[in-house]
Amino acid sequence: MAVETIPASGGRRTAILPGWLSSILLIRESSIGTVGALIVLFWVLVALTAPWLAPYDPNKNLYDIGVAALPSATNWLGTDEQARDILSRIMWGSRIVLTIAPLATVCGYAVGIVMGLLAGYYRGWFDTIIMQVCNVILSFPVLVLYVIIMIKFGPSALNIIAAVTFIASPQVARLVRSQTLELREKDYVAAAKMRGEPGWYIMLVEILPNARGPLIVDGCLRMGYTAITIGVLGFLGVGLRPPDPDWGGMIRDTYSYLLGGQIHMALAPAIALSSLVVGFSLLADGVREVSLKD
Amino acid sequence: MTKGIADVSGPQPVLECRNLHISYYTRSSEVPAVTGFNLKLMPGEAHGIVGESGCGKSTVAFAIMNYLGKNGAIVGGEILFEGRDIAKMSQDELRRIRGSKIAMVYQEPMSSLNPAMRIGRQLAEVPVYHENVSWEEAYNRSEAMLANVRLPDPKRIMDAYPHQISGGQQQRAVIAMALLSNPKLLLLDEPTTALDVTVEAGIVDLIKEISKKFGTSMIYISHNLGLIAETCDRITVMYSGQAVEVGKIRDVFAHMHHPYTRGLFSSIPLPGADKNARPLISIPGQLPLPYARPPGCTFGPRCSGFQAGRCDKPGLEMQAIANVPGHFARCVRLNEIDWEAAAKTHKPRAPIEPGPVVLRVADMQKHYTIEKMGVFFSKDVRKIKANEQITFEAREAETVAIVGESGCGKSTFAKVLMGLEQATAGTIHLGNLELGQVPVGDRDAGTIAKLQMVFQNPFETLNPSHSVGGQIARVLKRFGTLPTAKLRRDRVNELLDIVKLPRDFAKRLPRQLSGGQKQRIGIARAFAGNPKLVVADEPVSALDVSVQAAVTELLMDIQRTNRTTMLFISHDLSVVRYLADRVVVMYLGRIMEQGTTEEIFSPPYHPYTEALLSAVPIADVRVHKRKVVLSGELPSALNPPKGCPFSTRCPYVIKGTCDTIPPPVRLFGNGHAIACHLEAQQLTSMLPVITMRESEAKPKSAGAAPADASASVASGGAAPSRATGISTTPGAANVAAIAKLPPVPQPPHMNGTPVPANLRKPLPLTDAERARLALERLQANDASSSTEQAQQALDALKNQS
Repeated sequence: MAVETIPASGGRRTAILPGWLSSILLIRESSIGTVGALIVLFWVLVALTAPWLAPYDPNKNLYDIGVAALPSATNWLGTDEQARDILSRIMWGSRIVLTIAPLATVCGYAVGIVMGLLAGYYRGWFDTIIMQVCNVILSFPVLVLYVIIMIKFGPSALNIIAAVTFIASPQVARLVRSQTLELREKDYVAAAKMRGEPGWYIMLVEILPNARGPLIVDGCLRMGYTAITIGVLGFLGVGLRPPDPDWGGMIRDTYSYLLGGQIHMALAPAIALSSLVVGFSLLADGVREVSLKD
Repeated sequence: MTKGIADVSGPQPVLECRNLHISYYTRSSEVPAVTGFNLKLMPGEAHGIVGESGCGKSTVAFAIMNYLGKNGAIVGGEILFEGRDIAKMSQDELRRIRGSKIAMVYQEPMSSLNPAMRIGRQLAEVPVYHENVSWEEAYNRSEAMLANVRLPDPKRIMDAYPHQISGGQQQRAVIAMALLSNPKLLLLDEPTTALDVTVEAGIVDLIKEISKKFGTSMIYISHNLGLIAETCDRITVMYSGQAVEVGKIRDVFAHMHHPYTRGLFSSIPLPGADKNARPLISIPGQLPLPYARPPGCTFGPRCSGFQAGRCDKPGLEMQAIANVPGHFARCVRLNEIDWEAAAKTHKPRAPIEPGPVVLRVADMQKHYTIEKMGVFFSKDVRKIKANEQITFEAREAETVAIVGESGCGKSTFAKVLMGLEQATAGTIHLGNLELGQVPVGDRDAGTIAKLQMVFQNPFETLNPSHSVGGQIARVLKRFGTLPTAKLRRDRVNELLDIVKLPRDFAKRLPRQLSGGQKQRIGIARAFAGNPKLVVADEPVSALDVSVQAAVTELLMDIQRTNRTTMLFISHDLSVVRYLADRVVVMYLGRIMEQGTTEEIFSPPYHPYTEALLSAVPIADVRVHKRKVVLSGELPSALNPPKGCPFSTRCPYVIKGTCDTIPPPVRLFGNGHAIACHLEAQQLTSMLPVITMRESEAKPKSAGAAPADASASVASGGAAPSRATGISTTPGAANVAAIAKLPPVPQPPHMNGTPVPANLRKPLPLTDAERARLALERLQANDASSSTEQAQQALDALKNQS
């Protein structure tokens, strides 16, 4: 199940672009995938340009404008309970989400892929041990586990990444293992064994590249989940330390106002977070759709 | 012209396709899948559609069911079923027709049956749904139908889930389901492709019987010309979405007119083809892509008789063949091309002289143990005997075929040889090296390079993620003979030249290659390190017929130049007869018979070899096959029969001996060995399975040519021609012939006397023995067709005594 689908020789489309770029552009074949990609791209651009485009310093208290001010011409999304500009905080906040979520996902993948490959390729007791460890981790309530880890090791970006890696890697390992179990039976793997290739070569060069289709789809989804996780940790107060603009933290800080009916302060970060997650989900669906088509 | 096909007045045709056009819609464009297709199917007639993958044959079948899916549509013409256009019917009408008047049998029986429902219920649903009968009656009918498709113990099958019965039984159940509502039309889409040869023979037999018994019209879709020849009355040959030749089986097979049909026939190993004297001729080029078909004749660019200005003129119609009613071909140069001259240009090759022994396998044994942890730590240990007493040799430049059906242990043997598994006992010597116990990781690069493999599935043999050139270069790097990247690149180019692919293919990814091209790369990879021995595991069975020939020839060419020994693993006896020097026949992990190709294909046979030979479909109407249909299914390797593994299906089984004692190996000299309890003279007296009818005109009764017939029998198959093992008996029905044998001088009774080791000539038989043999053979045959002959045989015997 390759993600990219370049037509065979003599096809109607001639590739002028480099292979990887034309494969990424294939997402255009799927309408929901395109929407997802655009949403994600939007947030990536926002994150990249925040230092220049954000109207205010995200941590500056604009007391002359007032606390919990409604949206206006100067503050498009209003100000929060400490009179900080919400638009600027959201723009800066996207930098945090879009740094930590991919990093955490990549780390979770690195660990998960190694475990899954080893378990699926070598089978036997190795497989049993790895899978039982995964089962134990997976059987814990995820949220409780996050809170325990964060409280135990203290809130920081590094610890969020470590926690996400710890919890995501068993799930990735299962996926990689099931792919490996299927791919290890292919003739090209047998051919590699028959020319005496070592195990690491077969796993990394012969098997892993062919498992990339489902892994990319799952990676997009997981990126979204991680963004939610970071938000939830922020909301529970075990995320990043204030005053850094963290979307989840922004919602928590306005909690008391939320009960009083002033929802605009919570609404903006909530929409930002969910749009990013929806963007990743749609992108995942799109990638799946394109890879299934031929 | 096309309107004239089968223009007979009389009964209304069951199905008629008139100028049918079918297209699929893809992301970018409309792809015409079938263009201008005509077909007329009369009641009780069986029509075969043959063609390679992508020619549109399955599309026609789906169109007849009006089940083309979302992206397919009939864009022109009509399909008349009993006079009404299927395309104009409502969904409701279609639902009523599908399954009751038109039924379809697909390739994969397992995916046609609901795995969560008992067979009985699935079958009974058909009459309940279509005819509103009570469940009880539906069950009764279903059970009767299961008996009709000759499933043993229908009661048990009714209660079974699909996974509990074998593939052959599943396909019979599917056919029973299709027949339950007594359909007018049965569509069979490659119904036996997923099955083993001997099981296939049983299904083919059943299909033939169906049209006789139920008067069902059939459309039989297959890529296998031999199967079509055995089952159908008429044939349509399709190429690139068009019918290119239509006619009666006899007419088309004996005198094909379209260059493509001719190409197909010369690329399959028919009896008489010989790798040295009469090599296969492949069709050059490739099937055009559906959106890039050439104008005029779609076969033009691949045709040796192509004439610019005529063949590429659009609007090519079917042309009637003079003096042969109902035979048409889509070729403007129908009567002009001199095929005899074209055939003569092929140069015969000199036979290869095999060198010293390269591979010596002695008493090799491979057992797998399966451990099941039970409750309370009780261990249930079971053994699978995948290979038992495998003993044979292969010499330099020789091709040794290992033949057998699935589960016979041929792949296990390959794994042990390649070092992926270790032998449980016995030895494998490659030159002086003992390899049976040495896993591939412990073999040095030189040894590994000497021993390579060509795989079966072109879609799995290459890693889809890496470029073709990179994969070959990796092999070269691994073997360490070429130290620099430059040298390796040169060698990759050289190898691409050898397998006749353009050099810029090195940069391509496998998915940019066709199946045949991938298989060529697979061959290049195997021969990269100049191996001494190459194991070819069904290297062409997944390819299209015209590509098969090219790849087979390529493989043999390289083998010839490098003097490589080849172990050719296959289930296809036609290919084996064509290219093998020696044959090893395996069944359930044991060698049943081995010898030179000539010896295997002519008597004496092992009973299993005899059945295999009879099961292989042959696309030649002149060939007469003695029918040996095996009953039953392949036993499970977990629980093989105690004595001879074949005893559960053997028509000659001696109760009390075959099923308890492992068979002795009987030697017939020159390395020809048969493992069987039957006495040597009984094996020798077997009749040849495949006989060639010299001329159709000669009388068929044995009485007319008793002398010839008896001569052929007495000499154990009248001078088999080299490497083909086909004896030529002039039109004699062999069964009757044996009964009419003149009395011969009787030797002392042979039972108990030691058999001479080199028994090349069969011993004469007593009358009683001959009669018993004749009857046995008849019993092994299909009862319905041969009771008459049996009676004749008996009468003839009485007359003589």
